[in-house]
Amino acid sequence: MTRQQTAKPRWSELAVGCAVTEAGSARYNRTGDWRSSRPVWEHAHCVRCGVCQMFCPEGCIQFEPPKDFPAADLEYCKGCGICVHECPTACIRMVAEEE
Amino acid sequence: MEERIGMESSIAIAEVVGRCDVDVVAAYPITPQTHIVEHLSEMVANGELKAAFVPVESEHSAMSVCCGTAAVGARTYTATSSQGLALMHEILFIASSLRLPIVMAVANRSLSGPISIWNDHSDVMSDRDVGWVQIFAENGQEAVDLTIWAFRLAEDRRVSLPVMVHFDGFIVSHMIEPILMPDHETVRGYLPPFEPLLRLDVDRPVSIGPVGIPDIYTESKFLQHKLVVDAYQPIVETLEGFGKYFGRHYHPVETYRAEDAEVLLCTMGSLSETAMTVVDRRREKGHKVGLMRIRLWRPFPFEDIYRAVGAVQTIGVIDRAVSFGGPPGPVASELKAAFYRKPQQPRLVEFIAGLGGRDVALADFERMFDVLLSTRKTGQVPPPAFVGLRE
Repeated sequence: MTRQQTAKPRWSELAVGCAVTEAGSARYNRTGDWRSSRPVWEHAHCVRCGVCQMFCPEGCIQFEPPKDFPAADLEYCKGCGICVHECPTACIRMVAEEE
Repeated sequence: MEERIGMESSIAIAEVVGRCDVDVVAAYPITPQTHIVEHLSEMVANGELKAAFVPVESEHSAMSVCCGTAAVGARTYTATSSQGLALMHEILFIASSLRLPIVMAVANRSLSGPISIWNDHSDVMSDRDVGWVQIFAENGQEAVDLTIWAFRLAEDRRVSLPVMVHFDGFIVSHMIEPILMPDHETVRGYLPPFEPLLRLDVDRPVSIGPVGIPDIYTESKFLQHKLVVDAYQPIVETLEGFGKYFGRHYHPVETYRAEDAEVLLCTMGSLSETAMTVVDRRREKGHKVGLMRIRLWRPFPFEDIYRAVGAVQTIGVIDRAVSFGGPPGPVASELKAAFYRKPQQPRLVEFIAGLGGRDVALADFERMFDVLLSTRKTGQVPPPAFVGLRE
């Protein structure tokens, strides 16, 4: 699970020598924030084969309840589009991230 | 217990490093530092010193090894000089930013080219801004004393920074001097065991030296600057503690016959001793001249400088390095910057002297004092001068 990103540290809150003092803390780093587009699944055409999950270089696609369709964890998805390219039923499309 | 012995300063430094119970020495030999690491290597090989001696292939590797061993909590020592210090350059920043309390002797020597193995301060000045505490010893006794002190200061948990102990190559490093050598028990009584702030430990994993994204880099640099500035108080306290324990007293800035001086000459390193002789001569003639010796180079002792200068309006600064195309003297620039904060600035006469082993003789100091006295009289500050330059 990812943790809600905390406020940026003050100088007085930095660890000695800027060390990372908690093992496995890289999981807190949400690395999907520079994505320019995100994958969206058209559930009507998805056969839940799992090809997108296998090809995802970030390992960020999971089958999500209740209906167990694949979905990308957008805290890590970089928007590379490999899932779109590999999907045998062409049910995934990239949607621009716009704010 | 201390024993008065006649010994080459380098050998004495190596001996006392052994008595500081170092765990690791990683060093590459370079003139004029060689005798220190040769002797440490011998001590380890002979079983007299229970430490690891890592004979690395370069100074870059030496400092890298030192970072690794200090990070696991080993008391770590190295020594270098000139090109060797230059080759360490990038790792010096890592040692300080990771707060690794490495102690390093620097037998000050000029930088190439032309190739020169002789003494000046161009190596020091090139590594002024690496975030280390930097202190100068003027003779063998001071180099021995400040080496012991350096471990105490570096490992002080308020500080936890690497320390360079500077002394002039050959002039100090190769001089056979009478030295009061404290025995092993005496040094142990002064130096508590090393308890690092953070250590690499497989049972409590940490990552040191990770990337610092733009969101934290500014904060990390502010903190680093603050740590070096704030090291000042522990430095003064530990030097005082050293004085109480060993009976030899050191201060960030020291003066000689400066009480009622009308002109002051500022020196760093072994030149001070020759300068004192000339101050004595001038005092006999009734000239009110004095000496200001900067011992602590980083953190720069601003307040001590203001106190030492007092109301003196004419100061000469001897620089033993050149900032090419710059002011040109690094120490003079520092003093100018210090006094720029004040409502009134003293007249500052810049001398570049003693480059690449050029002797600075009594007669040279006489001429420098002449210039200072005439500057005081006329109020005209001459341009920076290379002392002894053939024109």
